[in-house]
Amino acid sequence: MIKAILVFNNHGKPRLSKFYQYFNEDMQQQIIKETFQLVSKRDDNVCNFLEGGSLIGGSDYKLIYRHYATLYFVFCVDSSESELGILDLIQVFVETLDKCFENVCELDLIFHVDKVHYILNELVMGGMVLETNMSEILTRIEEQNKLEKLEHNRLMSFRAPSNPSTPTPHRLGSNIFFFT
Amino acid sequence: MALRKVKGNLERMFDKNLTDLVRGIRNNKDNETKFIAQCIEEIKLELRQENISVKANAVAKLTYLQMMGYDVSWACFNVIEVMSSTKFTYKRIGYLAASQTFHPDTEVLMLTTNMVRKDLNSQSQYEAGLALSGLSCFISPDLARDLANDIMTLLSSTRPYLRKKAVLMMYKVFLRFPEALRPAFPRLKEKLEDPDSGVQSAAVNVVCELARKNPKNYLSLAPVFFKLMTTSTNNWMLIKIIKLFGALTPLEPRLGKKLIEPLTNLIHSTSAMSLLYECINTVIAVLISISSGMPNHSTSIQLCVQKLRILIEDSDQNLKYLGLLAMSKILKTHPKSVQSHKDLILQCLDDKDESIRLRALDLLYGMVSKKNLMEIVKKLMIHMDKAEGTSYRDELLSKIIEICSQNNYQHITNFEWYVSVLVELTRMEGTKHGPLVANQLLDVAIRVAAIRAFVVAQMALLLDNSHFITGFSQRASMCEVLFAAAWICGEFSEFLTDPKATLEALLRARVSTLPGHIQAVYVQNIMKLYGRILTSSGSDASMDEDMVAKAAVEEVSEMVAARLPSFVESSELEVQERASCALQLVKFVQKQLTKGQAAGLGAEIVSLFDGELNPVAPKAQKKVQVPEGLDLDEWINEPPPSESSDSEPEVQRPSLFATGNAENAYVESYQSSKPAELTQEEVQRNREARQQEQACNPNYLKGGGKLESKSGMFDVAEVPVAQLDLPVALKIPGLASSDHYLQKQKQTSSKKKVSTKKKKKSKKHKESSDEEELAAPLHVVNTDVGEMPEGATLSDGMDDDNNDLNDPHRALDVNLDEPLRAEETLPVRSHREAVKFEVTGEKKAKKKSSKKEEKVKKSKKQPIMMDLLQNGEHTNAPTEEPSNDFWLDHAEYEAMPDTSQSKLQVEENEKPKKKSSSKTKEKSKEKKKKKEKKVINEDSLVSSLAVEAPTFVPDLKQTMSNKDKNVLIVS
Repeated sequence: MIKAILVFNNHGKPRLSKFYQYFNEDMQQQIIKETFQLVSKRDDNVCNFLEGGSLIGGSDYKLIYRHYATLYFVFCVDSSESELGILDLIQVFVETLDKCFENVCELDLIFHVDKVHYILNELVMGGMVLETNMSEILTRIEEQNKLEKLEHNRLMSFRAPSNPSTPTPHRLGSNIFFFT
Repeated sequence: MALRKVKGNLERMFDKNLTDLVRGIRNNKDNETKFIAQCIEEIKLELRQENISVKANAVAKLTYLQMMGYDVSWACFNVIEVMSSTKFTYKRIGYLAASQTFHPDTEVLMLTTNMVRKDLNSQSQYEAGLALSGLSCFISPDLARDLANDIMTLLSSTRPYLRKKAVLMMYKVFLRFPEALRPAFPRLKEKLEDPDSGVQSAAVNVVCELARKNPKNYLSLAPVFFKLMTTSTNNWMLIKIIKLFGALTPLEPRLGKKLIEPLTNLIHSTSAMSLLYECINTVIAVLISISSGMPNHSTSIQLCVQKLRILIEDSDQNLKYLGLLAMSKILKTHPKSVQSHKDLILQCLDDKDESIRLRALDLLYGMVSKKNLMEIVKKLMIHMDKAEGTSYRDELLSKIIEICSQNNYQHITNFEWYVSVLVELTRMEGTKHGPLVANQLLDVAIRVAAIRAFVVAQMALLLDNSHFITGFSQRASMCEVLFAAAWICGEFSEFLTDPKATLEALLRARVSTLPGHIQAVYVQNIMKLYGRILTSSGSDASMDEDMVAKAAVEEVSEMVAARLPSFVESSELEVQERASCALQLVKFVQKQLTKGQAAGLGAEIVSLFDGELNPVAPKAQKKVQVPEGLDLDEWINEPPPSESSDSEPEVQRPSLFATGNAENAYVESYQSSKPAELTQEEVQRNREARQQEQACNPNYLKGGGKLESKSGMFDVAEVPVAQLDLPVALKIPGLASSDHYLQKQKQTSSKKKVSTKKKKKSKKHKESSDEEELAAPLHVVNTDVGEMPEGATLSDGMDDDNNDLNDPHRALDVNLDEPLRAEETLPVRSHREAVKFEVTGEKKAKKKSSKKEEKVKKSKKQPIMMDLLQNGEHTNAPTEEPSNDFWLDHAEYEAMPDTSQSKLQVEENEKPKKKSSSKTKEKSKEKKKKKEKKVINEDSLVSSLAVEAPTFVPDLKQTMSNKDKNVLIVS
């Protein structure tokens, strides 16, 4: 089982947190902080496994992480998961992100954390690995995005695109037009 | 209506969306909290609006804030509103928020039941998938019970995407609602052979999770998995299957024998390192389970070790780490095959990666022998000097002690060397293992009689230079060593060359800064030394005449009497009490001295501390029989009235009294309130009394250090550091150096081929002089552990993980091969019908409140359930047969009759149970009927809450969807 998936940057700012076991918000932040401290002090040329993390799990749990540019991807798993398998899974996750965001960078994760969650939901469900085949994952994501787009277009067909900074009378008028 | 819409849209234009929020937070780094507080106010306003898109936007922002650590549970009702939207976009936002913020104890979850059910049965596979993903994060026992059947239905969906998710979801359902496991299991088993490999993989995943905790129930699936393993090419699934086999083999050696061959083939053929590694791991597990009776398993071990060597030698640190990890598993059963790779493992000790060094350390204890122990320890000591992190240093220290002390110091040929290592360890800064070193010193001094003179000399030096140990604040835990030193010097004072000097060291003013329990030991041992000096200064009879000796004794008495009062003033009760006793004793001796009647006094004081030390087994307490007629749980006095619960604070005693006397504890226990707490208090009191007794009894001193080690923090700030001015003094003259012994060993290694049989059963034998002479150079170790009570082992009392009462897997430990009984079905909820869920007898956990219970009337059972039932019986029966064939491919029938017989017996045993349970069931049915009537009669409101609550949301949803429809219609 995967107990938690955390993504944070080189300064420990959380970019994604997914806990498959309930912790309250304070505890979650503490876990993120502790994990960051454990992971960040390690060189890039050491192994990607780490025991410990007193807050989450215990002796049965391992932290398996990868470091990409400015981001750490950390999976907290128990002994029923294969260490190398999870490393591959992180790779799949990141490659999927790369495909979906076209050359993914930290900013994409900052501004589209919801989308990152949707992508993650196609890989892992409730702490168990759902799918590891990237093309299958991508199809599922695209199809769901299509669904959203369809609804969006339907919405937009009667509602003008709203730009919060410039509510011009023209747009207002167009709205009224639609409702009459 | 339309006007309101317009107004909503107009306002929406001023709303921040998620991007704006994130941007705003980034732009307001200085006053982030203020900005976010403002945003939360805005969000609260937005949530009050009726426009669903505004709400969805607000909920999306809340999800982001939740990640930042803000508690957003106040908005859970709004989250449900957004979840119930008909639009996929909003539904997605809602479910995401729910999966991040809800948990099984969230109260509003009961409102979601019908909504989630509707989503699960949605035409769109993505809506159903969304519901499954979300549900997997927050499913509660109630939801699991109510939705189990709907998720079961999805297991046979035509879409692999949904089947896959539903299979994984079932695991979560089992965890929360264990009764679902048996009825659902046949269907889950089918999924192992699903045409879609993703579904297969998910099913394997679920069974692996289930089997990890209760492997024996899944042995019958071995043939299916075996087939999958030999046919599948999906590495991810193979890894899971192979891991599962690793858990199953300890229960069924025959399975292991069958596995070896295909696994070896995989090891040879696969190119995936992850698969290779798991194969090796499982082969190791197999070999451990059949360590005997397999002629050619040495080749398999060789293969594993060989492959692991390749992994360890790899430049990839990850493989190196895993190689060492697997190596340590082999070490337990086949130490010899690992020992041949000693060079490699010692090399890993120098690796730059701490994780790898730690793994190599784990392996070390199997690597040591009499010959190389000194060298390895030397290496570790050097590492320790270089190590940066204290945690790594602590690990090194405990490993040194572990490898040296394993098997009653089996590998130690020279105890002088070991003691000097321990003494060197006391100089390590900032370690938390002071008590460990102290314990080792005590243990060695007690068990190895021949080394005592040496230990005493070293300890006297330590006491004399105690400022090195207590000099720095970080060394606080190391001062435990002084505890050992003082005790050893006192107990074996006959070996002291200059008892007076040691006595002076014990009486120094600085001692008063030590923790209380150490001071107490100091006082006790001051008296031992004092007695020794009295007896040794001339024969007692002639003392009165010998003026020089008398003067010396008087001087010592004077000194002790002058210094003891500083202990009497101690704030530690224990120290105070012992010191004032000691002081009175010394004063008495002084009086006798002046009267000239001191003859024989020394011997009498020594006799106070007389007695032979024998090892006490850790579980010796069990040997003490409880006298007949004594009920330990019975009240001795009348339990105090429960009204006095305001005296609660009494129970929390200040730490000062933590080791206080029993009388004190008794008074408090009498005053304290609740009966439950009182029993705890009683236990506590007994423990304290025992601790105190042990502290007073020198025979118990070994444990005393641990028990009390936390009772006092000593203030190092007051320690005068002036004496540290001389850097030269850092080397204490006379203190043994372990290097010295290492060199000596190298020189004399050729000579030192001595027989190493040196186990002795009882200490009394050791006193006999001829044995002593023979054993002296070998340092006899007293390996007696003391008498163990019958049936107790050294390790018992350590609870298994499985004994954790909160582990949901406990409830999942059910026999899955037994055919389903008629009443074992998943609860089916038909709309607004008073339905009661059938309980399946003794295994059923405590009932949920009967209001929520529903009853399935057999006549109204939905067809799907009948189908399922038949399925269950159908698929169960045949698997029993082939499984026998699977185990017994060769002539291995000898083990068979036993198992089949026992099965029969079990079945016979169960028959009467079933009868009785059906009787009780009927009774409980009647009761429930009555209860239901009551509920209905009592108050219609209450009952409506119970039965109709779930329908509340759909109503709400209807209104909402109506609204949305309006929009659509208008457009």
